[in-house]
Amino acid sequence: MNSNILEVRDLRVHYYTRQGAVQAVNGISFDLHVGERLGLVGESGSGKSTVALALMRLIRPPGKIEGGQVLLDGLSLLELPDEQMRQIRLAEIALVSQGAMNSLNPVTRVRRQIEDALRDHDVKLNARERSEWIGELLQRVGLPRTAADMYAHELSGGMKQRACIAIAICLRPKVIIADEPTSALDVVVQHQVMETLETLRAELGASVILIGHDMGLMAQAVDRLGVMYAGDLIETGNIEDLFSEPLHPYTRLLMASLPSLEQKEAARGIPGLMPSLLNKPKGCPFHPRCPDAFDRCRVEEPKLQTVRPKRDVACHLHSANAVGANSISREAA
Amino acid sequence: MTALLEARHVTKVFGEGIFNRSTHLVALDNLSLTIEEAPPTITAIVGESGSGKTTFARLMLGLTEPTSGEICYRGVDMRHLDRDQRRQFLRDVQVIFQDPYEVYNPFYRIDHVLEEPVANFRLAKSKAQGRELIVEALTSVGLRPEETLGRYPHQLSGGQRQRVMVARSLLLRPRVIIADEPVSMIDASLRATVIESLRDLNRRFGISLIYITHDLTTAYQLSENIVVLYRGAVAEAGDVERVVKEPEHPYTRLLIGSIPRPDPKHHWGIKEKAPDRVPSGRSNNGAGGGAGGSAGRQGCHFADRCPNVMAMCREKTPPLYQTAPHRATACYLYRDSPVAAPEKLSEIFVARA
Repeated sequence: MNSNILEVRDLRVHYYTRQGAVQAVNGISFDLHVGERLGLVGESGSGKSTVALALMRLIRPPGKIEGGQVLLDGLSLLELPDEQMRQIRLAEIALVSQGAMNSLNPVTRVRRQIEDALRDHDVKLNARERSEWIGELLQRVGLPRTAADMYAHELSGGMKQRACIAIAICLRPKVIIADEPTSALDVVVQHQVMETLETLRAELGASVILIGHDMGLMAQAVDRLGVMYAGDLIETGNIEDLFSEPLHPYTRLLMASLPSLEQKEAARGIPGLMPSLLNKPKGCPFHPRCPDAFDRCRVEEPKLQTVRPKRDVACHLHSANAVGANSISREAA
Repeated sequence: MTALLEARHVTKVFGEGIFNRSTHLVALDNLSLTIEEAPPTITAIVGESGSGKTTFARLMLGLTEPTSGEICYRGVDMRHLDRDQRRQFLRDVQVIFQDPYEVYNPFYRIDHVLEEPVANFRLAKSKAQGRELIVEALTSVGLRPEETLGRYPHQLSGGQRQRVMVARSLLLRPRVIIADEPVSMIDASLRATVIESLRDLNRRFGISLIYITHDLTTAYQLSENIVVLYRGAVAEAGDVERVVKEPEHPYTRLLIGSIPRPDPKHHWGIKEKAPDRVPSGRSNNGAGGGAGGSAGRQGCHFADRCPNVMAMCREKTPPLYQTAPHRATACYLYRDSPVAAPEKLSEIFVARA
């Protein structure tokens, strides 16, 4: 049996603008194991949200998926006819998007929005069963059953996000992609929503891809983490390993830039800016900001390589330790 | 000595709208805070959405008037400032807003927001001198003038734009800067740089800061004293070192426990009692705890969510108890400590070491 529910290979997404093609996702590969919580962390413009949309095949012009492969339980999503993909969306792979508070329809009740999802996927339930199922869904995400008959504006931010999660799980998907699900919520509510999401994931036996920019949230909510920079996946590893010993200089500096609650004035920002994705620098995209850059970094782009068990990094500093395979798919799961 | 900027028993009630005259929302409830002329201080105002922190910023800036109480600038009620005093106020008290994307007019170059105050307050005798001032201000916040001037806002990153705002404030050599969530829309790798610029303003130029945020971590990093607001009222205040490391108020404990630490070995969160009821009807965009307190409501606002709730908490609003020389907590758990009058809040603050 395949232990990977999702396999992504060399995924490339470009946005076509008047100035040229923006290489938002530049050939990234990763696997999602069954039941795993994978984090994708990156700053704005790193391509992390584009990855989420590409996995759902929701990239709209001027964006285009330029190539690569997405295998969901062995099924190649990028080659499916549109109608079949529509059936798979939500049923097999669901997205809880950023700012979900604004993704509820303001003029229909929550009940109607869940019913729409069920009807569009040809779920045959009679009125009583449907009502029962909706009530159960809402309870599962920590909302009262009465929330079904409320409008979005009657719910608080955290409750709206819970309603969105209820819609996302209504067909028991195998993969849930959560793109910054709590970025608009207060810390207390963020904690509650993330706990709910984790409970549900465990109950459904689903796998989760959590996308975000908050390293703290990642440390608490995922098993494995991928760090993105300028459209590339530059480092992956188990969360404990990655935090105890970040290998890529960007990851290391990113962690050093986090303000702490223990020590004052220890945090330092990373000088410079992320390069424009229109004309990325030659070589490693991070070399203009990297304190450890040397000649090779300026000419040759490093590939993501396995440098030790379950640790992949795209950095010339570590390429001497590479053990062949250039994708994290080879790790012994 | 009169204080530079002072809030005295300020209460702000929203409501009495056209559609619903019966709804009142107490955004801020009897808050007093003093910013002295010297020494320069950094005070953090921390709270969730709906805690009244932005209302407080708008009151201190004179953008809105208190329902009761007064905001005084150099001892004069903001509503009674004469023309010259008002002009001096506009120079002395500067603001940095949350969204570095919306404060700029996209049709003007960055230079415009810097030239405007120079012209308005006649800071320079000649164009060349004005330019010099601008270059100096930009350099002070760690920006390279040649890479910043002449550009349009969309050509700069959020962090750069926010630092241009800091530079703009600096041009006027203000006495106080009110910064409302200045880093919440900036990427993590640049956040530390902006915090550094703000700290520098305080140390090098002797400017006091009121740092308004929902983020306790940056509040801890930047400030000396902290005021934790919950639904418009002070929950806990005082020396930031003590408040963050040994929180007393159950709300502060919940808040600090909910911060996801960038350490996988750290256990996330503490248990909270589930809210008794669903906020219904007119629920604000605030999350979880909801926003504001309703007028005339008795008892501690946090009682419904509090794990330590007692009968007395629901009967009467707890006063501030001074639990240590430099801290006060509005919670009956500390009722053996002496009561601190609300207007004495700033007096318990710790002075810079």
